[in-house]
Amino acid sequence: MEKQNNQEYLTAIQAAFGADVLAHEEAFGMLNIEMTPARIHDAISWLQQHQDLSVNYLTNIAGIHYPESAGREFAVVYQLHSWKNNLRLRIKGYLPKENLHIASITDLFAGANWMERETYDFFGIVFDGHPDLRRILNMDDMDYFPMRKEYVLEDATREDKDDRFFGRNNNEL
Amino acid sequence: MSQEPKDVAQTADPANVATINFGPTHPSTHGIFQNILKVDGEKIISSEQTVGYIHRAFEKLAERRPYNQITPITDRLNYCSSPINNIGWEMTVEKLIGVDIPKRVQYMRVIIMELARIADHLICNSVIGVDAGALTSFFYPFSEREKIYELYEEISGARLTTNMGRIGGFERDFTPVFHEKLKSFLKTFPKAFEEFDSMLARNRIFMDRTKGAGPISAERALSYSFSGPNLRAAGVDYDVRAMNPYSSYEDFDFIIPVGVNGDTYDRFMVRQEEIRQSIRIITQAYNNLPEGDYKADLPDFYLPPKAEVYNNMEALIYHFKIVMGETELPVGEVYHAVEGGNGELGYYLISDGGRTPYRLQFRRPCFIYYQAYPEMIKGLPISDAVLTLSSINVIAGELDA
Repeated sequence: MEKQNNQEYLTAIQAAFGADVLAHEEAFGMLNIEMTPARIHDAISWLQQHQDLSVNYLTNIAGIHYPESAGREFAVVYQLHSWKNNLRLRIKGYLPKENLHIASITDLFAGANWMERETYDFFGIVFDGHPDLRRILNMDDMDYFPMRKEYVLEDATREDKDDRFFGRNNNEL
Repeated sequence: MSQEPKDVAQTADPANVATINFGPTHPSTHGIFQNILKVDGEKIISSEQTVGYIHRAFEKLAERRPYNQITPITDRLNYCSSPINNIGWEMTVEKLIGVDIPKRVQYMRVIIMELARIADHLICNSVIGVDAGALTSFFYPFSEREKIYELYEEISGARLTTNMGRIGGFERDFTPVFHEKLKSFLKTFPKAFEEFDSMLARNRIFMDRTKGAGPISAERALSYSFSGPNLRAAGVDYDVRAMNPYSSYEDFDFIIPVGVNGDTYDRFMVRQEEIRQSIRIITQAYNNLPEGDYKADLPDFYLPPKAEVYNNMEALIYHFKIVMGETELPVGEVYHAVEGGNGELGYYLISDGGRTPYRLQFRRPCFIYYQAYPEMIKGLPISDAVLTLSSINVIAGELDA
């Protein structure tokens, strides 16, 4: 069988999920798809079961914090891999800071368990349906989510390394 | 071992169940992680893991460091094979900035990464021997690993946390001493390795201890996103070097060994065979080592020689810009994976054009597969749990990041 490429993946996903595919781009050869967060679980499940697309491997789950983009402050990124087509793709969902909830995919991939716990631990994103959503790398009694951008490292007070001199405006966060 | 591990929980008599700590500091955990075991006599009914004892917030640190200063952080992930981590990170940055790496550098990297893989697998496999009660087979490979560390020393000056290479290549070419030592290593290592192999591979006691210890099926391993030797021991031939060849791996002829049962013995045998394949790859790469420069032409990232900085205006400017972190970087998201000692080691880098990554996530194979450990040891005696732990090669540095 002919191997499917990014374009075919995109077409198939758009056909199946229509308006839930909010944006897409190809970054360094890898297909990025932004979807409605509520539909991501279904999309991954559909991709996993699809005969031709056959996305069988969860590479990782990452959280990202964009404090400046209102209404979409947090991103959850799922990097998936189809071995049949040797194609990697990225599915992203953006969440507003008031409602950091997204469906857990631990029912689809057992390995998602700790990846989701790690994302919760660092960013405070809550994965609904996760069997045991606790902190994993940090102390249980920690009362903040350390990877958020408002928690800068100590050396941020150093004048000589001030980001404003290098075209980035981190200090006003 | 039990054939039906799931039944253990139901059949255990609550009066006989004891709760014991396996770790955080226990000689056989080879690192600091805790397992709270519920045992009925010797049989493990359930276990609960605690990780994070050496969490050093690498991902947060990386957000405050220029790209070249992140290489030393990667040393401390899987410190048994630091050069693979270093080079994986450098290749990630090179992918972001889009630079052609000379063939010679690619081959040099392959040689070093395969040496690191040998060192990593040697330690893991000899430690499996220790946990099965065979101490002699642990001491012999150490003199071989020592030779690999001497080779690292020739390249980077360091032995364990190597900080090897630069973005764009290496800080120096292979030295004459390196060539000499590598040639002698390639000559003597296979024989020494086969001696090590003959101590364990067909040893009746070792086989009885390791066969059936901590098995996992291919389906479960895949569901847990296993990678590397642990996945291959379960019979799945996934290897990043073959799936997404990087650094010219497509030029070399090597096979990907797989196991059948996914137990400790299969993991041991897969690693043993991978060491032989690594030697094959190194031999091919070394015999065909292309002529050329040991670094790419990349003045924005590669520090100029000090003599030039003193005498040449342009070199001084570049030096200043690199040190002060004023280099222009493209905006984008890159994922780059290499086959580390323990599996798919990935770097997910998000650049907003600033001098440090906006976000850098490490896909750490240990962290991902260690969560399957309770499932793998359920219903087994404690001694098998020890063997399973050492054979999945959980490295605390990579686990906790």
